[in-house]
Amino acid sequence: MYKNALCALPIMLAMASPALADPGQTPDEVLQALIDRSDSAYLTQSEQNLMMMQDEPSYWVIEQGEILFKEPRGPKKASLEQCDFGKGPGVLEGAYVEMPRYFADTGKVMDLESRLMHCMKTLQGFTDEDKAIKDKHGNTDLVKIQTFIAAKSNGMAWNPPMDHPLEKAMRGAGEEFFYRRAGVSDFACSTCHGATGKRIRASVLPNSSIPDEWTKAVSWPAFRVGHEAVRGSQHRVSECIWQMRQAEIVYGSEAAIAIIAYWTDKARGQPAILPDLKR
Amino acid sequence: MSEVKIRAALKDGKCEVKALLTHPMETGRRKDPAGNLIPAHHIQTVELLHNGNLMVEADWGGAISTNPFFSVSLNNVASGDTIEVRWVDNKGETSSGSVKVK
Amino acid sequence: MKPQQQRRLFIKGTLAGGAVVAAAGLGLIQPRLVLAAWPTDAFHSNSLEEALNKVFGSSTLEASDKVVLKAPGIAENGAVVPISINAEQLENVESISIFSEKNPTPLVARFKLKPGCVPEVSTRIKMGESGDVIAVVQAGGKLYSATTNVKVTVGGCGG
Repeated sequence: MYKNALCALPIMLAMASPALADPGQTPDEVLQALIDRSDSAYLTQSEQNLMMMQDEPSYWVIEQGEILFKEPRGPKKASLEQCDFGKGPGVLEGAYVEMPRYFADTGKVMDLESRLMHCMKTLQGFTDEDKAIKDKHGNTDLVKIQTFIAAKSNGMAWNPPMDHPLEKAMRGAGEEFFYRRAGVSDFACSTCHGATGKRIRASVLPNSSIPDEWTKAVSWPAFRVGHEAVRGSQHRVSECIWQMRQAEIVYGSEAAIAIIAYWTDKARGQPAILPDLKR
Repeated sequence: MSEVKIRAALKDGKCEVKALLTHPMETGRRKDPAGNLIPAHHIQTVELLHNGNLMVEADWGGAISTNPFFSVSLNNVASGDTIEVRWVDNKGETSSGSVKVK
Repeated sequence: MKPQQQRRLFIKGTLAGGAVVAAAGLGLIQPRLVLAAWPTDAFHSNSLEEALNKVFGSSTLEASDKVVLKAPGIAENGAVVPISINAEQLENVESISIFSEKNPTPLVARFKLKPGCVPEVSTRIKMGESGDVIAVVQAGGKLYSATTNVKVTVGGCGG
């Protein structure tokens, strides 16, 4: 049954004992724990995918991402180890679940992908024209590195900061977008994600008002079985926009980050499943 | 480009080896957009070696999934041992990879 | 069915794949240790019975609950049906094979295991339509089997 986020937090902590996040817990174990305490058709819809989670290809992408992360690259021959993802330079544990967040050095709210590109430009000297930055989706450096970083937050509670006025504003803008119907089909995000029982073809859709299933919905990067590729949050945003037949969204734009800010806030307190596996 | 990715984890005295291979695994029954049959091109034999000793020899047909994953487990594996996986396909192409169990 | 969950410590190893591919291209890779021919007849057999006969010389199977076969009851994606077989309860396991009855050629794979292997294998197979998956374990001179039915909603053969 639906439990609100406050009740979920002590359960999540108990499940993740002895530490806040049990480093030994794998993404499929995080998901299994959510299934055990909820009644969600969304979480349990594919036995096939649950079986595949234990050995998903994302694990190899993570290994490749770690190599790229630590390797001195770019014109400045620097590694990304000095990049600050919000918890201090080089701190990756728990950084992803606290994003998007406001960064004083850029004066913006940034998600993982935009922050990663920022560090690749400033620390390593890459430009928008370089392959390392230009290639966004698929078997790319950006996907590998973000999957590596995100996995360091597996099992931890989504907890993006909401103190800075811009953080609140971005979340608010995302919320506005979530409920606004637009485009030729007059869809909003809420059309599909505003209630339980919605489906697209054979897939059960997650309800954004149910945090313990919504956490899986926002757990990206995830391996998309049908795409044979790991996909990040920005890719998911663009896919949802396409699904709604709304005007295309720009990768890494404020609009895309605002949507991510809102959808992450809706999963607050629930454990992230990183990397996830989806159909 | 072919890749053989291997993970070898020691657990409760046994070593679980998981391998992910890159290969189109064409069955020979699929048709291209023009309606022509795409010729069979798939791995036929996979070998798994522990410290150079052949432990698993597998015969595969085209019905193993594209970019195949498989997992087997071995006894008597210690840290520092080498696990190697290699394959040959129906065209005689081959690849392999190895990992040291830490 | 809830999958078994186990803690795993993933231990990183060094990967030598790229260098070996280059070596293979130069013909420097060592020849295979065992030069057994690929069983063409068995893989081209059109029926389960014929395939069993070609592989084992017999199609007499003893259904056994000591062969633990796991596959999803429903597979939305027939291209990657996860199959896992465990025969730890049997002794002297020589091989574990997978057959998909409705595939045009039912024999999917045969894993020959030397002593020192734990008799368990997992892999992913293509199924074009709903049907039975049969695991055949060769142990102590006998053939043991387990069968499970998988409903496939979207066939996995690219048709």
